[in-house]
Amino acid sequence: MITFTVNGKPRSVDAAPDTPLLWVLRDNLGLTGTKYGCGVALCGSCTVHLNGAPVRACMTPISAAAGQKITTIEGARSKAVKALQDAWVSLDVPQCGYCQSGQIMSAAALLARNPHPTDADIDAALDGNLCRCATYQRIRAAVHQAARTMRG
Amino acid sequence: MEKIIDPSRREFLKTGATLGAGLTIAFYLPVGAARMMAGQDAGKPFVPNAFIRIAPDDTVTVIVKHLEMGQGVNTGLPTLVAEELDVPWEKILVESAPADAKLYNNLLWGPMQGTGGSTAMANSFDQLRRAGATARAMLIAAAADNWKVDASTLSTQNGMVLHRASGRKASYGKLADKAATMPQPAEVQLKSAKDFKYIGKQFKRTDSKAKSDGSAQFASDLRLPGQLTALLARPPLFGAKVKRIQADKAKAVPGVRAVVEVPRGVAVIATDFWSAKKGRDALQVEWDESGAERVSSAAQREHYLGLLKQPGMVARNEGDAAKALVPATKNLEATFEFPYLAHTPMEPLNCIVQLKDGGCEIWAGSQSQTGDQATAAKILGLQPEQVQIHTMLAGGSFGRRANPTSDYIAEAVSVAKAASHLNAPIHLMWTREDDLHGGYYRPMFVHAVSGGLDAQGNPVAWSQRLVGQSIAAGTAFEGGMVKDGIDMISVEGASNLAYKIPNLHVELHSPKLGVPVLWWRSVGHTHTAFSTEVFIDELAVAAGKDPYEFRRALLDHQPRHKGVLELAAAKAGWGKPLAPKSGVRRGRGIAVHESFRSFVAEVAEVSVKPDGSFTVDRVVCAVDCGIAVNPDQIGAQMEGGIGFALSAALHSAITFKDGRVEQSNFNDYPLLRISEMPKVEVHIVPSEAAPTGVGEPGVPPLAPAVANALFAATGKRLRKLPFETAELRSV
Repeated sequence: MITFTVNGKPRSVDAAPDTPLLWVLRDNLGLTGTKYGCGVALCGSCTVHLNGAPVRACMTPISAAAGQKITTIEGARSKAVKALQDAWVSLDVPQCGYCQSGQIMSAAALLARNPHPTDADIDAALDGNLCRCATYQRIRAAVHQAARTMRG
Repeated sequence: MEKIIDPSRREFLKTGATLGAGLTIAFYLPVGAARMMAGQDAGKPFVPNAFIRIAPDDTVTVIVKHLEMGQGVNTGLPTLVAEELDVPWEKILVESAPADAKLYNNLLWGPMQGTGGSTAMANSFDQLRRAGATARAMLIAAAADNWKVDASTLSTQNGMVLHRASGRKASYGKLADKAATMPQPAEVQLKSAKDFKYIGKQFKRTDSKAKSDGSAQFASDLRLPGQLTALLARPPLFGAKVKRIQADKAKAVPGVRAVVEVPRGVAVIATDFWSAKKGRDALQVEWDESGAERVSSAAQREHYLGLLKQPGMVARNEGDAAKALVPATKNLEATFEFPYLAHTPMEPLNCIVQLKDGGCEIWAGSQSQTGDQATAAKILGLQPEQVQIHTMLAGGSFGRRANPTSDYIAEAVSVAKAASHLNAPIHLMWTREDDLHGGYYRPMFVHAVSGGLDAQGNPVAWSQRLVGQSIAAGTAFEGGMVKDGIDMISVEGASNLAYKIPNLHVELHSPKLGVPVLWWRSVGHTHTAFSTEVFIDELAVAAGKDPYEFRRALLDHQPRHKGVLELAAAKAGWGKPLAPKSGVRRGRGIAVHESFRSFVAEVAEVSVKPDGSFTVDRVVCAVDCGIAVNPDQIGAQMEGGIGFALSAALHSAITFKDGRVEQSNFNDYPLLRISEMPKVEVHIVPSEAAPTGVGEPGVPPLAPAVANALFAATGKRLRKLPFETAELRSV
């Protein structure tokens, strides 16, 4: 049994210690908003927050999450996430939508540490998040919009 | 549900009609169904036809027959219904249609349901507007009957029927019961363009919220009770077969429930993905590689280049290009090379199958429901209508999920059949490695082009030879797509070269290989737009003319090509010098191409560093896709198409060594990242022509526009994709 906190709730799962957090979230806990895209931390679709920092859940063994706080797109309620989601909707960022949970989780981590990101800051923070539909231009615009919203 | 045929409709069908045949069929059965419900269960929704369901709470569910894979059909198609039905956008709900080739066929494809070729809007534009207008007429008729007034005195506004004279009004939901009992009008009046409230305006996507909060459900997210996950060990070479299976270690992995052999490999079935993955890693399979494809890319390239020197099948001949080339003042020749490409949608292929008595249910992001239904039925010994397909959102597709062999569906069904003793829904998942190794690539191509200019610098002859595998040959599409041995989608964009050149000759070789190939977002245009638009640029330079003016002069007879070309050039500031940036060489390039009956021109601006690496700074795009139903989503598809094309032009190639694919994941098959995305501006040519597609047409002009910009910046012609930047080095 491995115990950790997911979206503010304590959870215990019976999974092999090498099981990636991604599959525990998706298969054991039914939190399917976090996506599988590559399995080797190259696409960012599985980005979640571990104690507030963005990590790739596909390469994070569940043993490393024991006792830690995990936040997924389903439970992300921070001001930054809310502002980002509003911007994503207002600019109609998503196309297929599959990568967008990961994009928003990475962008939220950026805004938490940098309230005035430049294009270059956004590119640096999100370069690990692939979007095959290439919604990148709208992602950039939406991150700027969310940053403006947060600054008030 | 029992299918009831309404005699009056049957009569209507027989007498033919004011409505199109596809529409007539679409209206046919559900009308009966709606009447049945109205007669027996008061308070049920009003289902005027196969595309609309109006509930007592005033919500209007639009049934979308096409796959939402990012291109926006779940927004664009409901827009058409909202327009003619006259309902507020926020009352619109969207539902994917069940697989049913009679009700939901693609009107441009005949008796087949499916999504592709950028046809969703083009084939639905009249159908869904008529569906909405018919429903509206029946709601008006219901109100007229209730209020004992003439229908002509009634109007509608935002989901309400109004009688202005008396001030009476009723919402559609309130009228739903009664409307279901009204006769369907034989003819309806559609709005004229000047009255459009939705079409041509900016309406928000219906799926942005769910796709921003993690709640959007893709096939890979579905969790049915008792569902098991399967991974398939496929042969390492195309055409290899299972020889011997040693499954003890796999079965010993905790969570593994079964190991079964199916026609395309050996499946490991487990309680969850990770257990299935570990099981597959532990599985030992010996393969019989005697009949397998053992191609190596270097040898294949030599073979293809050799074929370029031999006459091929004639795809197009106007005048006498060979004769005209000889006396031309200036002759040019060039060779172009294109690799195999994988689609790599972000959501890897996957499919859930549940067998049941006398049938089967499938959940998948199906791009080809009718073909998938037939394939599943054949494997299971069922009739196609016994196979129910739930079309889920697809996390991208780009053609990959529209496979004539229904490969991933067939695999999942085979696994479910072989594992029927487990009595559980089976979810077949592909890993990213499976995706890159799984075949069905955009075929590798090489082209040779010769062109001749007269003394005034006008092109007098163009001769092109293409070599690459046929996509359609051997599939159900062969009859429609292969004419006299020529696969039309191998030469599309080249055989119909838009420029006015008196002598035009196009030939094709379609070598056969064991590497499975498939359409990849914009299909033949992915390579033909590149060779034609780079070569026309070469001719312009050889003629000493401006590449934009040179094209423009040759497109006098092609107003829509010319329209986008001029708009893109004007918006890009063509002719004005680019602002210099220190340490880089800058250049601007242009390309124009028609695909899927839409016209797109793009101007790219590049900055090239001394080491040859470069950035695409800005792309200005002009598109003419007829009536622009949702301009913002047209913009989104152009942006996406540009990024998709740039991804391939910068990075992508699938290569082989002794039959083995040399790439495995995004480390060696990299995709475009946000830092590489140019600023994109999209301009739409106003048009009253019937709408055409936008999913694909943004792709073709990008790579040639960039290649032409690189030439402008460096004087070096890159004729091979992906670009080899070492050639652009200045130091």
